Amino acid sequence: MALTSPESKIWWNERIGRAELVWITIAFLWGVFMFSMMVWWHLEGNQNLSNEVYRIAPTKFEEKTEAFTEKYTVREEAGMPVAKPEPGAEVYMLSRLWEWWPILELKKGQTYRLHLSSMDWQHGFSLQPVNINIQVHPGLEHVVTLTPTQTGEFSVVCNEFCGVGHHTMVGRIHVVE
Amino acid sequence: MSVTTDTNIIGGVAAKFRTCPATGLDIDLAAQRLIKANAVAAIVFLAIGGLFGLLVALTRWPAVHLLSSDMFYLVLTAHGLDVLLVWIIFFEIAVLYFASAILLNCRLAAPRIAWVAFGLMMAGALLANVTVLQGEASVMFTSYVPLKAPPNFYLGLILFAVGALLGCFIFLGTLVIAKEEKTYEGSIPLVTFGALTACIIAVFTIASGAIILIPTWLWSLGYISHIDTVMYKLVWWAMGHSSQQINMAAQVAIWYAIPAILLGAKPLSEKVSRAAFLMYILFLQLASAHHMLVEPGISSEWKVFNTSYAIYLAVLGSMIHGMSIPGAIEAAQRRNGFTNGVFEWLRRAPWANPAWAGMFLSLVMFGFLGGISGVVLGTEQINIMLHNTLYVPGHFHATVVAGTTLAFMAITYLLVPLIFQREIIWPRLAKWQPYLFGLGAAGISLFMMGAGTLGVSRRHWDITFSDATLSFDYPPAAFLMLGLNGMSGILAAIGGGLFVVIIVASVLFGKKVDASNIVAALGPKPQKQMSDAVTSYGSAGTFHLPGTYILVSIFFTAFVLYYFVNWKYLSELWQMG
Repeated sequence: MALTSPESKIWWNERIGRAELVWITIAFLWGVFMFSMMVWWHLEGNQNLSNEVYRIAPTKFEEKTEAFTEKYTVREEAGMPVAKPEPGAEVYMLSRLWEWWPILELKKGQTYRLHLSSMDWQHGFSLQPVNINIQVHPGLEHVVTLTPTQTGEFSVVCNEFCGVGHHTMVGRIHVVE
Repeated sequence: MSVTTDTNIIGGVAAKFRTCPATGLDIDLAAQRLIKANAVAAIVFLAIGGLFGLLVALTRWPAVHLLSSDMFYLVLTAHGLDVLLVWIIFFEIAVLYFASAILLNCRLAAPRIAWVAFGLMMAGALLANVTVLQGEASVMFTSYVPLKAPPNFYLGLILFAVGALLGCFIFLGTLVIAKEEKTYEGSIPLVTFGALTACIIAVFTIASGAIILIPTWLWSLGYISHIDTVMYKLVWWAMGHSSQQINMAAQVAIWYAIPAILLGAKPLSEKVSRAAFLMYILFLQLASAHHMLVEPGISSEWKVFNTSYAIYLAVLGSMIHGMSIPGAIEAAQRRNGFTNGVFEWLRRAPWANPAWAGMFLSLVMFGFLGGISGVVLGTEQINIMLHNTLYVPGHFHATVVAGTTLAFMAITYLLVPLIFQREIIWPRLAKWQPYLFGLGAAGISLFMMGAGTLGVSRRHWDITFSDATLSFDYPPAAFLMLGLNGMSGILAAIGGGLFVVIIVASVLFGKKVDASNIVAALGPKPQKQMSDAVTSYGSAGTFHLPGTYILVSIFFTAFVLYYFVNWKYLSELWQMG
């Protein structure tokens, strides 16, 4: 039994039962399939995380985001600028204790290059209710290509713990026709 | 009891032994004391950490919302620390000593150093706890830089890890002594092999912990100016996730041990079961990737290979155990005479024995809830929908609470008579304990996974965003899920509280166990109906195992369906690349 030494001293030479062999084969092939699925999705799927990342000083990223916001601001909402970039533009959103800045207004069906980075601690970009979640680090500029497929008002909840104000950190993305 | 305490001189070292009335094994009294101390420490921290867990669940229940935000983050940090690390590792050290000194009929190597290890672990656990409770270290158990805790938080973890590392070496030393002094013949038992797997993984994880926590401690003291945020996560999770593979190996060893003790189960094939453990050693270390799938700065190639544990070879190991354990049970029960129909063997298992019930519930819930959700969550692209949502704690409460904790509770019901030499007090209450706790743990896992699927963030005090400038409403179903999670938390807390009370009371006031009542003290066992079967070793050929085939087929079907459902959800997300 499992609590005593194997009864047969040469246990590694025993034949494996058929049922076990069948199950091991199925489980192994299923593993190969699941692995291939991830690779295939990179080639054919439409939801993959970008690998485009640059090192950047937080102050530098802040400057770029401010320049972007200044260029594209169309109105204010809750005291925060709303930037409406043209389709295909480089779009910036920075995270800091405890806000996502600025608010964005995007067009449905258009593709944007969204630049994300943090000014201080790690934050979690959690786009709701779409449910796209991306980790945001200070010092790294992550460029994600995004194509909204729905219109409406979407929120960016912070889902990486970032101190006592964590649960007040909400940003906004509007998608219009 | 018949304490034939004799002083043996082996290898020039005096060790005192008693003879176990159930097995005839010589039990080293030093090992016995250490197993007791580590198990008791474990259960104390389970009680504390479990209470913190209840407070977390009650705060996340929007209608109750018990704690203030400061207290919530403090308690959540302490909860993770006490149950994920302290309870589990203390208990694993007890399992390591049991699987080496007791099962191999051997003295424990260097008991004095084992006490030093115990002291270090205790000091570290207390230091980390005090630091967190003082309120300056609410950085979550993961303490992602640049969030900074006071130096004592990291120092406590380092002391605890050093103690655990010493415990691992005591285990390895005991294996060497047993081999040297020929206390067993042939190869080590499968359960000890499983414990050895756990120990090897533990050495890896503790080394990773040291590599990251020591610089982070120095950074917190001001001697180092910068810790790379991505590198921190990579190495921290080589400790944080791989340490869950210690649990995995230890709990699988327990899944083999309990049916062996209660039913006389033998592994279907020693070769297959040991190879499956070997796969854990070889591939589970890649698990850091599971926490970095939506991280910038790491390539997709790295993510895909590592998150799949090298093309799912470690998952293959678990799937093998998932068949060979129920298979061993079915074979043993059929040998015991329960041969009617497909499932008589399972129906007539000792469901009133908390060790059995806990073990089997743990096996089923780990596989169905924890295993499947883990693979889905760890799929690179699907993780985009689930990263840092409540789905993540949902998954690991299925593995660590419904799986590991319940398995550890189950084996405790046998350790009390065998090692503490006491009967379980209130057997009727004990009978219900694993079901209560199991139901609560299953609820916690499922409802958190449900809330996570709806996008609810983990580690979040207020999903109504009442203090936020911009607001957001989660769907009403998310509130329902969190309410149900709170109720399940209460159920699990009652089950866990019962466990602590029953075990403490049994150890203090239980009837003494000796040769006359040891068998009864292990709890109800199935009565053998006949002793016919001439069984050779490796009974897979002797018995057809239809029940196991059906169980495994149900599992596989659920796995495949759930896997594809998630790909379908993913395909409906905004396009991104």
